[in-house]
Amino acid sequence: MDLTLTQAEEAFRDQVRSWLGENNPGPEPEGEEAKFLFRRDWQQKMHEAGWAGISWPKEYGGRGASLIEQAIFSEEMARQKAPAPANVLGLVMGGPVVIAHGTEDQKERFLEPILSAAEIWCQGFSEPESGSDLASLKTKAVRENGSWRVSGQKVWTTYAHEAKWCMLLARTDTDAPKHKGLTYFICDMEQDGVEVRPLRQITGEAEFNEIFFEGAHVEDENLVGGEGNGWMVAITTLMHERAGLGAASAISVRRDLDELIEVINERGLGEDPVIRQRIAELKIGVEALRLGSLRALTQQMKVGIPGPEGSIAKWEWAMLNQKLTELAADVLGPEALRPGTEWSYRLLRSRANSIEGGTTDVMKNIVAERVLGLPRLR
Amino acid sequence: MDFGFTDEQNAIKETAREMLAKRSPLSAVREAAESRTYPDALWSEIRDLGWPGIAIDEAHGGQGLGLVELVILAEELGYACAPTPFLSNAIAGLMIDSAASDAQRDRWLPGIASGEGRGSIAGTGDEPGLVPDAEGAAVIGLDPMTEPRLVEGSAAKIEPVELIDATREYARVSAAAGEPLDGDVARGLQVGAVALSAELVGLAQRAMNLAVDYAKERQQFGRPIGAYQAVSHRCAGMLYDTEEARSLTYYAAWCAGAEPQSLPLAAHMAKARASDAAWRVTNDALQVLGGIGFTWEHDLHFLLKRAKVGSELLGDARMHREQVASLAGLA
Repeated sequence: MDLTLTQAEEAFRDQVRSWLGENNPGPEPEGEEAKFLFRRDWQQKMHEAGWAGISWPKEYGGRGASLIEQAIFSEEMARQKAPAPANVLGLVMGGPVVIAHGTEDQKERFLEPILSAAEIWCQGFSEPESGSDLASLKTKAVRENGSWRVSGQKVWTTYAHEAKWCMLLARTDTDAPKHKGLTYFICDMEQDGVEVRPLRQITGEAEFNEIFFEGAHVEDENLVGGEGNGWMVAITTLMHERAGLGAASAISVRRDLDELIEVINERGLGEDPVIRQRIAELKIGVEALRLGSLRALTQQMKVGIPGPEGSIAKWEWAMLNQKLTELAADVLGPEALRPGTEWSYRLLRSRANSIEGGTTDVMKNIVAERVLGLPRLR
Repeated sequence: MDFGFTDEQNAIKETAREMLAKRSPLSAVREAAESRTYPDALWSEIRDLGWPGIAIDEAHGGQGLGLVELVILAEELGYACAPTPFLSNAIAGLMIDSAASDAQRDRWLPGIASGEGRGSIAGTGDEPGLVPDAEGAAVIGLDPMTEPRLVEGSAAKIEPVELIDATREYARVSAAAGEPLDGDVARGLQVGAVALSAELVGLAQRAMNLAVDYAKERQQFGRPIGAYQAVSHRCAGMLYDTEEARSLTYYAAWCAGAEPQSLPLAAHMAKARASDAAWRVTNDALQVLGGIGFTWEHDLHFLLKRAKVGSELLGDARMHREQVASLAGLA
């Protein structure tokens, strides 16, 4: 057991730290569209310096960073409050899928514009009737004159209105068992058969969208991983999404917690014994999340693929964020209840944390079945 | 960076797991608890393996390893719920190593390392004079929070106390004088709390295993109860609690040797979370087991009771959280 960074890891951290110190564009502007453009510029800058897609192999324009280096990078990003790149889904999911399952032509076509944010990606998985039970999805793709014709509806799609490409999971065989009849496509969003409608959230803003496919076309060359293999291909991307959280999310919760501690001190509530206990509980939870992620990372390096431990981190992170914003609301009183204030936004936005990217309830199923080996009810 | 055990540390863990499974199965724990005695053979085997001196330097007859190795053993002994004075003796060794003078170290550490002259330290909870394994100890540390001092076991007044945890011996100890402990007593308490946290993690792990095994076998309404989410989610929560406590405990143990400036916060966090986790997990296990878990006949209650007492010793969760709050910068 040795939790210190090696000399090489330290050098890497210093390199990241100084680059971010000089290039971090600072706080994001107000407004959805302005924020998006800001993030796209930021990603271009990252890409020019070779920091976009750091986990990608060098031959595909990435940096070939080790898992530890990825964790260090994300931690530094969180520590320095650097904005997220615009094309997160392309970088974390789309690109890795193309690299793992794509043809040479697909790699040639899709990877570079993901890195540069020239083409934004979105994820067309969830549907109104297929949330946690993703494999039951109904959007259909039918072969027609050498291409595919898509009809159906997707929901909770981040950045669909900005996206050029959609990672589309569609049913290509209605007779096969539900996990086996799915195929993974890269669908062009800029066509007549695709309609995007924003979904207004409880926060008042619209981060997510619905997508309606009515006779949209996908060329055969944009099918990834082979017909009927969509579930397997999609699962790799979901695991990447979860492995992407972990240590970095702990750093950003810790940052929020430090902010809250300052607020508490400013208001002279630092001696309140109940608040002290609640802060300590959060502090311990954040540290447990950080350490658990590092343990999982060590495990991943030894075994190779991200394990179901990521499910604990996701669940833990959601709970911490929710408890933290609840404590902030208690400390701030009515001030945190006015719409438009920072903490009212966080209080409301964090309600989604236990739903997005896999609900806490499903995370518990995964832990029960895959870690503890308990029988499945289904 | 590597948050895993070395080959040597893994070997220590495996040896301990195997030896304790053979020499101290839960049937032996029951026998010891019901007669409120320790099996001598187990303690001599532990001594033969050199465990009591694992974290004591070689100059004083120990193995010269660190808190991480000690934590590995404490976790396994917790997993076995083994009835031995290992932990109290080890915690005394840690306290004397941290806080005693050279002369005191020369006098007491060799006996602690061999197990021939055991030590123990009074708890810091609501009952200040409460000492585990005081009877037969060569040296006892008293009043660590107020007037820290070492007394010879033979010079102390020792009155046995029965607690709900019958797998360990407890006593109320008083003594007029003693030699003052002038060094870093706070550190001694911190590393002691980490060792105890490891035992709590082991207890939680064992209780979880019992519950999960049962949930796979026990059938109701024609299915194993572990297929129902009310049960399986409870089990997932047990894993969550146990793993959080384990991460915090391992980290604190590592800090003691490698990053001493991080030890105080890490140790308070570990004991706070391990105290809560051990009680919650043993409770949840009881709920999963249902009526059978409430019977004397089932072994779970030995784990549950030791977890409850352990969660109170060397500071309960509330006390450690209070320390965390101070270190977190609350004014």
